Amino acid sequence: MSGLRLADGGGPVIPNFGHGSACLRHNHWFCPSWVREHWGDILQPALIQHIKLTLVVVGIGLAIAFLLALAGFRWRFLDPPLGAATDVLYTLPSIALFTVLVPITGLEVITIAIPLIAYTLFILYRNIVTGLRSVPAEVLESARGMGLTRRQTFMHVEFPLATPAMMAGVRIATVSTISIATIGAFFINYGLGTPIFDALGVADIFRTELVAAGGLAILLALVADVLLSLLQRVLTPWSRTR
Amino acid sequence: MTLASLFIDALRFIPDNAHLLLDKALETAKLAFTALGIALLIALPIGLWLGHKHRGLTLALGVSSVGRALPTITLIGLFIAWLGVGFWNVTAALVVIGIPPILTNAYFAVDGVERDVVEAARGMGLTERQIVTGVELPLGLPLLLAGIRTAAVFVVATATIAGIAGVEAGGLGQIMANPVVYGQSGVLAAAFVIAAMALLTNFALGTAQQAASRRMAPRA
Repeated sequence: MSGLRLADGGGPVIPNFGHGSACLRHNHWFCPSWVREHWGDILQPALIQHIKLTLVVVGIGLAIAFLLALAGFRWRFLDPPLGAATDVLYTLPSIALFTVLVPITGLEVITIAIPLIAYTLFILYRNIVTGLRSVPAEVLESARGMGLTRRQTFMHVEFPLATPAMMAGVRIATVSTISIATIGAFFINYGLGTPIFDALGVADIFRTELVAAGGLAILLALVADVLLSLLQRVLTPWSRTR
Repeated sequence: MTLASLFIDALRFIPDNAHLLLDKALETAKLAFTALGIALLIALPIGLWLGHKHRGLTLALGVSSVGRALPTITLIGLFIAWLGVGFWNVTAALVVIGIPPILTNAYFAVDGVERDVVEAARGMGLTERQIVTGVELPLGLPLLLAGIRTAAVFVVATATIAGIAGVEAGGLGQIMANPVVYGQSGVLAAAFVIAAMALLTNFALGTAQQAASRRMAPRA
């Protein structure tokens, strides 16, 4: 169950604490030697897990949000309830959702993934629907005039024109997921949250590990944001959105 | 213990320990709303002023994207490592978390007010200050409230995490971090209460936001 990480206060968490370099003994903000030494066994595996989790969460979130958005776009009366439902999910604090899911789905990665997926829906759903709706009436009119069917209009007009809004949503969802996923490690040792909580579990807080792992999470979020903005330009060469 | 009985126990825990939960919920609320108040005092003037001058777009956008990328638990950890554990240190971390949505939305709320309207107000002899408080602020209110709503929900949720980071007077988070003391049902009950608090905050500010949009909507 939850709370195992900080409540046990077990053995020493910093390897060789009190025996290491002067930097470590004085608990400085950033000891490069520790980062070099533990890149391979702590930081890199956590980073890779974090990337995997984010890819799965945003991928599944996008698939679900897309289907919901199609429904909300096609049948307008579904839009308000779908929007409200995703808003409620987004409002629930992650810590509460993780806590409630632990007894149901167990101490597995899926327990972190489900709330994270739920959070992406709010941003992605709203952005996709807004994107699809933003196609000007005269564009749809000319598509109809050219003899395009409803399906062709969607595939060749509405969907491509909604891509920038969708990609903007994917960027926000990805960055938020990377950030919120760190909290999941309070329950399940997975991703960059693990070294962060390990650092917090030490009396006086192990600063180097906190800064290194937290910094990696921020860096990952920024890199993902830049990569997605490049992808957005490739996908929609006709638009120059930020 | 079956899953159903676990959740039933958690629901029973709420009336049985109403006093404890109320105390802890008030602690969380105090932490969250103190932070939100300070965040408003800082972010609102800056956002309104920048929006009024139509300057600092990069800052307004940058603040919100950095805010999103910053893992809250790291931020709280940094403040604790730097200043030690205490009410005001956690409040400071929560203020940092609350500022971005308020600042960004205040900027866009004022920046987006039609220039003609502002020019007309200026022509009527209103001072710049009067234009901000009397024209731009009311017209931008729905968008501004949307930002405050986002910040409030975020800060309330994060105030719980403060308790988990080992902060005294950490409110509901303290219960959630201590299954040994409060039991699994207590942990779950605290999760229900914090979820209810977040939903209530969202609903209250959402209602205010809708009321503001209705008032400001141009009459057809």
